[in-house]
Amino acid sequence: MKSLIQYLGKSTIDLLREMGQIMLLFFEALFWLFRPPFRIRHFFKQVEFIGVNSLFVVMLTSLFTGMVLALQTYYAFRMFSAETLVGATVALSMTRELGPVITGLMVTGRAGSAICAEIGTMRVTEQVDALTVMAVNPVQYLVLPRVLAGFIVLPLLTVISDVMGILGGYLVGVKILGIHGGLFMNKIYEFVEVGDVYNGLVKASVFGVILTLVGCYKGFYTGGGAEGVGRSTTQAVVMSSVLILVSDYILTALMF
Amino acid sequence: MSNEIPIIELEKVSKSFGLFKVLDELDLVLEKDKVNIIIGRSGGGKSVLIKHIIGLLKPDSGRVLIQGQDIAPLKERSLASVRRKFGMLFQEAALFDSFTVEENVAFPLREHTSKSIREIQETVEARLASVGLSGMGGKMPSELSGGMRKRVGLARALVMDPQIVLFDEPTSGLDPVMSAAINDLILRTQREFGATCVVISHDIEATMKIADRIYMLYNGKIIAMGTPREIRDWDDPVVRQFIRGEADGPIKVN
Ligand SMILES: Nc1ncnc2c1ncn2[C@@H]1O[C@H](COP(=O)(O)OP(=O)(O)OP(=O)(O)O)[C@@H](O)[C@H]1O
Ligand SMILES: [Mg+2]
Repeated sequence: MKSLIQYLGKSTIDLLREMGQIMLLFFEALFWLFRPPFRIRHFFKQVEFIGVNSLFVVMLTSLFTGMVLALQTYYAFRMFSAETLVGATVALSMTRELGPVITGLMVTGRAGSAICAEIGTMRVTEQVDALTVMAVNPVQYLVLPRVLAGFIVLPLLTVISDVMGILGGYLVGVKILGIHGGLFMNKIYEFVEVGDVYNGLVKASVFGVILTLVGCYKGFYTGGGAEGVGRSTTQAVVMSSVLILVSDYILTALMF
Repeated sequence: MSNEIPIIELEKVSKSFGLFKVLDELDLVLEKDKVNIIIGRSGGGKSVLIKHIIGLLKPDSGRVLIQGQDIAPLKERSLASVRRKFGMLFQEAALFDSFTVEENVAFPLREHTSKSIREIQETVEARLASVGLSGMGGKMPSELSGGMRKRVGLARALVMDPQIVLFDEPTSGLDPVMSAAINDLILRTQREFGATCVVISHDIEATMKIADRIYMLYNGKIIAMGTPREIRDWDDPVVRQFIRGEADGPIKVN
């Protein structure tokens, strides 16, 4: 019993300390945001890496999420003859919640892990030290372009995710289950407001900062050779995913 | 001479990793515009020592003075300006593996000078030639042998003509001819650019040939220092055993 409490206490303290260090890294990156040299090329490279390369997997997962949502809500709504509301339900769920969350989680798996592995490898092979020695700040050089790219790219991916989800819902609802297409779309226009989409995009930006920052942090403070990099990468994915879901709750509570 | 501020001075520097004490109140004064060579056992803390000189590691206690300025308490941002005086070759070269050889060597120039692309290209090509790698600019570091990587690292360390150059085992892993050429390059760097060279080496023979000053690190302290001749005739049995490379003596393998 005592050891359990000890374990929980130690884990909590470790977690809080890590959060503190992540925040410090974030402020350090912010500090460099307005100071030259501006690394535009690095930024666009990261936009490509995080955005373009995650596009397909985000589209695919969003499509199926929309499809399964339509299927589930159809069976529920049919009991009180509200089938036409399936579209609106799918659209609201996607724009407010699932679009940003799925995008965040997919990009974490796809790019967050890769960021951690890349920076972690640079750390253990002393490339980060080499940057430092050549008087180039590694936070400005490595962390800032990635975090900024995450901040910008995630909302864009989320828009695509929203559209794909609704498309999936439409395919299942209208084409397979036979809901009237016009009504399906009308209800979406009726219920979904610009604010829903907008709030979803704000969430996405926050998730983008979280997943890139955690990936950078875990890579930056890795140690112990190739094995250490592997461990850090796993931790980065787990930590980003948890933080995304926790912050999703907090943001939702604040927004709606 | 005696009242001049030394270019690099370590005062009672201690450093431990966990319970393991690597540097133990180490005192060291390096000579300006000379080839200073640090020798010592593998795992004895030579790389740790050299990383203190450039501020990559902070001492647990003690002071690290670069031209009289204590860099131990400096923040990262003020350290950056001190570091511009330095060039450093890492033990494993630490090349950027997403860059080509050419981009690696050009990196400090691109970051800190306003030279044109052409000028940079010419400088880089000349530097690569001086380490025997002309025409290899387009290769990726992963395509090179260990010794070639090291030479690229050397070219990168020297490309800004720094006042102080730190070499962590510049010749380990090179064939004898190439080793001699690199030792030559170190001497030339010192003579032509008047740089202060700090070299870590395991090659006693070459050390005796090119060093102006030799420092021996043992058990976290500098136990001997002097000219090659002085070190060769040093009385201490530890130094003698090390210089002669004997298995029997006060230094135990475990
Ligand atoms: N970052 C670190 N964390 C923990 N221990 C370290 C770290 N860096 C070095 N050490 C330890 O400090 C000791 C000295 O290491 P160092 O790399 O300075 O040796 P060295 O003299 O350069 O050896 P070699 O000639 O083999 O390169 C070693 O025992 C090493 O395990
Ligand atoms: Mg070493």
